[in-house]
Amino acid sequence: MTMNASPASIGNLIVNHQDAILEAWLGDLRKLMVRSTSAADDQLKRHCSQFLALFAQATAKGGAEDGDGRAYDEVRGLLAEISSARAKQGSTPSETATFIFSLKQPLFSVMRDALSADAGMLAGALWTVSTLLDKLGLYTMEVFQKSRDQIIVRQQQELLELSTPVVKLWQDILALPLIGTLDSARTQVVMESLLQKIVETGAAIAIIDITGVPTVDTLVAQHLMKTIAAARLMGADCIISGIRPQIAQTIVHLGVNLEDVVTKATLADAFVVALGRVGASIKRI
Amino acid sequence: MERIPILRIGDLLLVTIQVDMHDRLAMTLQDDLTERIVRDEAKGVLIDISALDLVDSFIGRMISNTASMARVLDAQTVLVGMQPAVAITLVELGLTLTGVKTALNVERGMALLGKDFQHGARSDQAR
Repeated sequence: MTMNASPASIGNLIVNHQDAILEAWLGDLRKLMVRSTSAADDQLKRHCSQFLALFAQATAKGGAEDGDGRAYDEVRGLLAEISSARAKQGSTPSETATFIFSLKQPLFSVMRDALSADAGMLAGALWTVSTLLDKLGLYTMEVFQKSRDQIIVRQQQELLELSTPVVKLWQDILALPLIGTLDSARTQVVMESLLQKIVETGAAIAIIDITGVPTVDTLVAQHLMKTIAAARLMGADCIISGIRPQIAQTIVHLGVNLEDVVTKATLADAFVVALGRVGASIKRI
Repeated sequence: MERIPILRIGDLLLVTIQVDMHDRLAMTLQDDLTERIVRDEAKGVLIDISALDLVDSFIGRMISNTASMARVLDAQTVLVGMQPAVAITLVELGLTLTGVKTALNVERGMALLGKDFQHGARSDQAR
């Protein structure tokens, strides 16, 4: 048994049969691809050949047992690049995992042809390569997951910035149409942008419209009260508008105290009150 | 020793805090302000904190207390020019300064006090 020699020989085997393996591997992958464009196909081909070349190099150099070792740095670098590219394109996890795992079949068939004389050695080599590819597959999935997480975090931040506009309705009157659930992080952003806008415009009154807030629980109410208290400290009054019937019921059932705050059913009503406060009025002509 | 100046404008006293408040300065201010309200028979006090961009719980309480003291001495008190960061900090500290009037700037604060005085004068006449 020459088990120790097998990693290097696997590397040589791949180098010798590189074209055949690449062809079979690409064939398998193409079969699995749902919609293929020529650009995607080119990319796939490039990824496959790059990976195969680096993989052969690494196995020849560093042995096949240790997928975490130095020798596989370049392979892992390429895999990270491939899987993050796939994450951005919106590939599914299984598509990404298949990229590595589908290499097994063509690789194994080449190994079977070459090592058919020695069954024991063939079994050992198959096991080594299989473990190695599994390890690399897991690594790919880890990177894939990480890239997806990064995308989600970025989108959350963008959503946060998009969803808190403060608009000037009239001289001295601001409106803050809230859309979506209010959590602590969002309240902080809402509060900051409202207070900043109060300083910029010198507004005396702000209307907080909660038509787009799906549910109001004690926490959301508390966040609202905090925002109103902060605005009041700066010398601006707040009106809450857009309270839907169900929400009015919930607020009372929960025992939330909104008595110190002016509340109106619609933004229009709140606007009329605000106009009255700044000494203006609307008249039909 | 440094002091915060208290300016008199008609019936009003104007206090502008333009340096970093430290604890002793705040105590001195309370002494000076209550003294001046009584001596000048002031009817209104404007405390301008627009230059204050850092508060801790002690200073927050001092501001609140100072305003309440002025109110006890029958001077309408308006806190003006609070910065957003300060407002957020005070709310997070649970100091919402209930009962203290606030305004965005000195001009608005004076208008607020003026309105109150007119209102008061009218109700005096009515009596």
